[in-house]
Amino acid sequence: MITERTKLNRELAQMLKGGVIMDVTTPEQARIAEEAGACAVMALERIPADIRAAGGVSRMSDPKMIRGIQEAVSIPVMAKCRIGHIAEAQILQAIEIDYIDESEVLSPADNIYHIDKTKFDVPFVCGAKNLGEALRRIAEGATMIRTKGEPGTGDVVQAVSHMRLMQSEIRRLVSMSEDELFEAAKQLQAPYELVRYVHENGKLPVVNFAAGGVATPADAALMMQLGAEGVFVGSGIFKSGNPKKRAAAIVMAVTNYQDPKMLAKLSEDLGEAMVGINEHEIELLMAERGK
Amino acid sequence: MKIAVLALQGAFAEHEQMLHQLGVETFEVRQFSDWQQPKDGLIIPGGESTTQSKILHELGLFEVIRKDIQNGLPVFGTCAGLILLSPMHLGTMDIEVRRNAYGRQLGSFHTVAPVSGIGEDIPMTFIRAPYIEQVLSADCQILAQVDGHIVAAQQGRQLVSAFHPELDNDTRFHQHFLQMIRLQSA
Repeated sequence: MITERTKLNRELAQMLKGGVIMDVTTPEQARIAEEAGACAVMALERIPADIRAAGGVSRMSDPKMIRGIQEAVSIPVMAKCRIGHIAEAQILQAIEIDYIDESEVLSPADNIYHIDKTKFDVPFVCGAKNLGEALRRIAEGATMIRTKGEPGTGDVVQAVSHMRLMQSEIRRLVSMSEDELFEAAKQLQAPYELVRYVHENGKLPVVNFAAGGVATPADAALMMQLGAEGVFVGSGIFKSGNPKKRAAAIVMAVTNYQDPKMLAKLSEDLGEAMVGINEHEIELLMAERGK
Repeated sequence: MKIAVLALQGAFAEHEQMLHQLGVETFEVRQFSDWQQPKDGLIIPGGESTTQSKILHELGLFEVIRKDIQNGLPVFGTCAGLILLSPMHLGTMDIEVRRNAYGRQLGSFHTVAPVSGIGEDIPMTFIRAPYIEQVLSADCQILAQVDGHIVAAQQGRQLVSAFHPELDNDTRFHQHFLQMIRLQSA
């Protein structure tokens, strides 16, 4: 049974489908993102690539900085809080953020518990590497799910494996007989009702985006072809040579992800892509935070 | 009957599902060549109006769609679709619109209200919704108001709602649109 608020929050995510959500750190970047066709922006002090480079503890952004971005654009504004950090989430709710990302990109505040998101009126998006994680986050009240591709790397490989794994686990549930679902719920460590929903509908009860490592229009098209309903782009845009052009090209690529000819044109002359580091070169796998 | 559904960004799949439930064929418009197919009407879905407008321009669809609507192609716009038909973008409908009129996501709500000619108890889901500040011509008929604000209107073959009939399990609003097409082509 879901509340009216939960329904409304799931529905906002439905409105974001087929769109690109871009990380921005200033009102000016937010305006560039909006003009390029972003369907929402994620306001944060440092993009993941810089968080990774800086090291140390990474926390929720300054509410004043977030408010500056809220004032700069008319599209929805999201912001990140640390996993399990109830107070940061309360603060973001107090400034009427449109979506909270309880994110592994920041340093976790709690190594065991995620936020009980059913206690909030503002919606939450959470990362998931597989179906079990996704369903646990939904049970906690998340109204949107995204992959947990390694942020700030410009390497799409993790997002791809998360999306592939989730889709194959969904297909497996669909093919099961009803009496097998109880055991499946046990193995997935997820509530039976949600497992049953996936069995009956062949999809999550909430919108599922790709996130982490998307750096090119082709990356975005790849994620859409693998079943993502939209794409988050973090460091990929404002760490590249021509953010304006790259942002617009990724937006167009998400709409026309099935048209290689158009993708070819969109991929031309974008300037330098973010350099990127691959997952073997990094010491910290953020996707391992929060299961 | 075949309805074109603008599928650039947003909740277009929900509209398609509803039309399929009503036994109507649809096709998605994602690029210029899609628009060449024969159609009896167009749906502009909810989503972000700035995003959809930007892509319309980029694909060269903005002017052709405007021309076809002006030439009488029936169109139904919900939420962002309403904003796109207003003078802020396509300008085919004489309405003055206030965007994000209910504020941010915390202001999103669900209610039930009458819509003239459609029903007394129409479920209405408002998601970061706009409303119509005023209609700017006598041709434009107000269909519904919530708390004194205009949330649905019709002008000739153009129908708009600030809420999302495609999200609730009630097909009456879509049936009204189909009826509008049938009447005017008869």
